[in-house]
Parts: sequence; C-alpha cells; structure tokens
Amino acid sequence: MSIESPAKNWLHAPTGTERAWIGLALLWCIVLTLAMPYWHFKGKQNSTGEAYTVEPTRFADRVQQFVDSNKVGEVNGTPIAEPPPGGDAYLQAQMWRFYPVLQFKKGQTYRLHISSLDIQHGFAVLPINMNFQVLPGYDHVLTITPTMAGEFPILCNEFCGIGHHQMTGRIIVTE
Amino acid sequence: MTTLDPTVEGALPETEAAGRGNHPPGTFRVCATTGLTVDLAAEKFIKINAVFAVVFLLLGGIAALLLALTRWSAVHLLNAEWYYRMTTFHGLNMLILWILFMEIGILYFAATALLKSRLASVKAGWAGFACMAVGAIMLDAVILAGKADVMMTSYVPLRAHPTFYLAIILVAVGTLIGVINFLATVYIAKRDKTYSGSVPLVVFGAITAAIIAVSTLLHGAGIMIPTFLWSIDVIDHVDPAAYRLVWWGLGHQSQQVNVAAMVSVWYLLGTLTVGAKVLNQGVSRTAFLLYILFINLASAHHLLVDPGVSAGWKIWNTSYAMYLAVLASMIHGYTVPAAVEVALRKQGHTKGLFGWLGAAPWKNPGFSGFFLSLLIFGFIGGITGVTLGTEQINIIAHNTLRIPGHFHATVVGGTSLAFMALAYYVVPLIFRREFPLRWMCRAQPYVFAAGIVLMSLGMSFAGSYGVSRRSWDVEASGALHPVSYDPSVHVWLGVLGIGGSLAFVGLLMFVVPTVLAVFFGKRVEAKMPAW
Repeated sequence: MSIESPAKNWLHAPTGTERAWIGLALLWCIVLTLAMPYWHFKGKQNSTGEAYTVEPTRFADRVQQFVDSNKVGEVNGTPIAEPPPGGDAYLQAQMWRFYPVLQFKKGQTYRLHISSLDIQHGFAVLPINMNFQVLPGYDHVLTITPTMAGEFPILCNEFCGIGHHQMTGRIIVTE
Repeated sequence: MTTLDPTVEGALPETEAAGRGNHPPGTFRVCATTGLTVDLAAEKFIKINAVFAVVFLLLGGIAALLLALTRWSAVHLLNAEWYYRMTTFHGLNMLILWILFMEIGILYFAATALLKSRLASVKAGWAGFACMAVGAIMLDAVILAGKADVMMTSYVPLRAHPTFYLAIILVAVGTLIGVINFLATVYIAKRDKTYSGSVPLVVFGAITAAIIAVSTLLHGAGIMIPTFLWSIDVIDHVDPAAYRLVWWGLGHQSQQVNVAAMVSVWYLLGTLTVGAKVLNQGVSRTAFLLYILFINLASAHHLLVDPGVSAGWKIWNTSYAMYLAVLASMIHGYTVPAAVEVALRKQGHTKGLFGWLGAAPWKNPGFSGFFLSLLIFGFIGGITGVTLGTEQINIIAHNTLRIPGHFHATVVGGTSLAFMALAYYVVPLIFRREFPLRWMCRAQPYVFAAGIVLMSLGMSFAGSYGVSRRSWDVEASGALHPVSYDPSVHVWLGVLGIGGSLAFVGLLMFVVPTVLAVFFGKRVEAKMPAW
C-alpha cells in the first residue's frame, strides 16, 4: 500500500520486467544526453551563444551607422540595409517594430547582431521558424548563412505590450 | 482498504475522547471508510484550501474559455487589451493559485492522516493561509484593474504595478509557511513515534514536493523581492538575463512540485480506487529522489535561445540532468500502472494481456481521472516536453504555440485532472458530503481529458507552423510588414478553440457537482458510498 509504512528492509534492487524497463529507459536517457552535444557540432542550426553587453542607446547608434552606410532601398517606409558578405548586420527590436529591413545574399555568411532598445522581445523568422530571445542590454550575435532566396517575415514572439502582435519586420534574401 | 494496526499505537488509548498518538483528546476523528485518523485542525485547513483552490480554478477556467475563443481565429472574441489581461490572469490563477492551494491541502493531509499525527502548528496554518489568500486576492484585483498586463512571467523591464509583485511575494511566503508547517508535522510525527519504520510512499512523494517547493520559493523570493524594489524605484535596474535565469528556478521548479504532488496523488488514488500495491518501494522512492537532485538544472531549457549563457552551459544543464529527471517520470510511468495491474489481476481479472485494464473501475471518476491523467501526462506532455527541451528543436519551438501545447498536457491534462480525481475522494472523506449528479461526475474526466487533448494538439500543430504563443492576432493585421502562415494554421486554431471550449464544459462538470456537494450534499454518516 502506498499509504502505509512499508515493511522493514524495503530497499532492494528491481527485478524482472521492472529492471528491464528501467534499464531501457536509462539507456534511452544516455542516448538523448549524447545526442544533443553531438548534434550541436554535427547539425547546422545552432547558436554558439555569442553575446555582449551593450547600452541600448549605443546599440541604436550602431544600428543607425549600419543603416546609413549600407542602405540599398526602402520598403513600407523602412530602410533596407545590405551588409557586405561576411560582414556584420544589425537589427534593432523595439515596441513595436524591427529596424531596418535586412537584405542578404544566398550562400554568404553574416554576423547578425540583435538587441532591444526597451523591453524583452522575441526574434522569429517565418516560415523557416527559427526563434531567439532578444534582451535589452545584450547584443545577441547569430552567425547565419541563408540557404534559400525569398522574403522572410520576422515576428516578435515575446509579449511586449499592447502592440505585440503588430511587431513585424523582414529579411530579404537575394540569389 | 487499509486497517489500523493496533501495535503501532502501542499502549496508547484508542478512543477519540481519550486521545491517540500525539493527538490530544477531542482533536481528531477516525475515518469510517479508511480507518485513518483525521486531525480536525488539519481537516479544517484541507477544506479551506480546497475551497479556495476551486474558486481560483473556476476564475482561471472562465479566462481560459475567453482565451480559447479569442485564439480560435474565426471567433476572435476579446479585444487585444483584454486578451493580454486574461492571459496574465489565466496563467496566475491556474498555475499558481489553483495548484498551490490544492498542494497545501495535500501536504497537510499526507503529514497528518497518513502519519497519524496532529498538525505541528495551527497558528502557522492560519498565518500561511492568510498570506496566501490576501496575496491571491490582491493579485487578481491588480490584474483585473489593468495595472499588470505583464503575463505570468513578468519579464523585466516590462513593468507592473508594485502591488503585483507584492502579491506574488505574499502568496510565496504563505506557501512557504505552509510547506514548513508540513515539514514540522513530519518531524513531530517522527519524534512522537506516531508511525513505525519508514514513512508511507505517498508521504515520501509529498516530502519530495515540499523540498522542491522550498527551493522553488527561495528562487521566487530571490527574484521577486529585487523586482518589487525596482518597481518602487528603490533599485534602478534588474538585469533581464539574470531575471530569466532566476525566475525559471521558480517557474520550472514549481512545475516539478506539481509533478511530485501529482505522482503522489497517482499512488494514493491507485490505493484508494483499486487497492494498488507498490511493487518495489526502493524503485519508486529512488525515482522521487531523482526529481529533487536534477530538476532545477533542467530549468536551463527555458534559456536555450537566450543571449548571456553559453552553448556549453545550455547543453550541459539540459542534457544529463533533464534526462535523469525524465528517467524518474519513466519509472513512475511503469510502476504506477503496474501496481494497478497487479492489484486487478489479484482480484481475478486475469484474462489476456489487457483484461485487467478492461475490468478496471472506469465508472469511478477517481480512477478514470487518475488513469487519464497518467496517459496524458506521459504520452503527450512527456514526449513533447523532452522534444522541446532539446537545443536544436527549441530553436524552432521557442515561444510558439507548441510550448503551451506541451504544458497544457502536463499541468492540465496531468496535474489538474489528477487533483480533480482526488476531489472525488476528498469531498466524501474530508468534507463528508455525498456527490449529487453522479452521472456527471462519472463523465467528467472523459470530457475534460478529451477537451484538453484536442486543445493541446491544436496548439502544438499551429505552433509547428510558427504561430506565436501570446499573440492576439495571428494575421498581424495593420502591421508594417505583413505576415502570413500556411492556411492550415486556422484549422488547428479551430481545434484549439473547440478543445478549449470542451475542456471548459468538463471543468464546469467538475465545479458544479463539487460545489453542490460541499454546500448542499447529503451528509456521509458512516462509510462513503462507493463510486
């Protein structure tokens, strides 16, 4: 009974099918434990966790410098900025927009810096569905290589106030 | 059913007027159904905690219905302001208030009735309850007043009215007092030798829950006190990454309190409904121990896509530790149904491989609720949880609807359903009232489980297309840069809405008979009527 004190000397090793089940479950846990680090090195979609602390106002200055020197156009009133291949790209999240629109070349690698000017936001790229947390005071650096051309909506997926659902942006990948 | 072992009581007198164990005369009764000694002070606290729990369950449930009917894109009921307000309200009422009040009741029951002890301190019981009740009412009031639209997680620097943080601190302090009162009761039971040998397994599980709860609440204090001070401008900065790290020591560990309490309730209901016997006490207890040792490290999986912590830190903390906690659930997932099977086979239901399962008392809502809780928690909650906790999969799932799709299967289909099943025994045994509308009670676990499963699947599939978890408008209409999803997401959001509505019906089918039983039910004079 589970509601009465057990008989004395209740501690003994599992036997029979119970033992087999625990063995199998433990084995599976070991496989899973090894799979995650293995896939971190083997798989292609991982964040190294590279991040720096940054004052939000200084991040905003850097974003503006980046836009001023890399602007290639405008969409819906938002500047489009295209960094040189291998270069740094900056994306600023704030209530309730992403700034600027980024343009990349397929197959090139970029260092994408993301931070927030006010509160916490989320960075979600559709439809490939990649999601990262964006914190004020932290410059989150993602090394990315676009593998498909097209237009990819960005969406905020961390609650950030009444305009949260309207906080969108865009990444354009050209051939 | 269990019977009292007179040798445990030694030479102590056996009548209620004369006292028993460490119970002074006139402070306890002997349950006619189970033979357990029920401490009258503890019984009072179990009752008021249960009543408060059900009130918050109903409030959170009404919010749940409104949310489901808003996420169902064809209905889209609430406006944005009230959608976000209700999301905050729903999360806190369900995940914090309903569950914590219920758990304090369960702890008091386990320490007094199962250890045959009096409650350590009636005063501490009242102090803890008062803190929790005042905090809970403050919390709901400040949210409904529109001063705290910050979600349950209240990530800084998004700011709520100071009352919001103060209310959470009060609830946490009250719960901590309750947990300490429980641990003190376990101590005096041991000191006064009210039981012999080791504590029963259900008490062992409850102690597990209590230990994790202490750790949880200390994390809560560790982050909520500075955040409160920040909200009244005493300190000028709370680091958002540090907040997330410590907050999840509260947010995730509290769910492990729920798991430990829920598994204890599974063992308890297995015994009460079919007389299940634990196969191997050592195995079941070791599994509980794994929860204590490893679960806090697994809180790290909430930070898998965060800046500020390294990839090595994330992988180390989410791999071995999380999987050892998963191992614990895998063990209980075997030992609990196995105990039921062995008991039913002994009762003569030996036909075929699964004859025992067919012969189980499926009309008893205490049993069906418990067994459905086991299935939903294990198969839907467990599998989605292990999947989402993987670094790479978390990148495609973080903050999408897949996340609530997972935790509604664990916390609602698992914990809440198990607690509802428990209520089908608490009301006749502790409140000593008969349930009216017994047909409704019998159907309730099935309706609620079906609703939650549908809703969870709708959320998970919509989320797998990238639909955000806390977004009022999936179409993002009016946004500067339009967003569009695969059109099938609207089908899944419809499934979410229908499932959520069905689950609400299931919730009412629980609340109505329970309230009627508690306030107007026929008095249970001797044994509780069998389900």
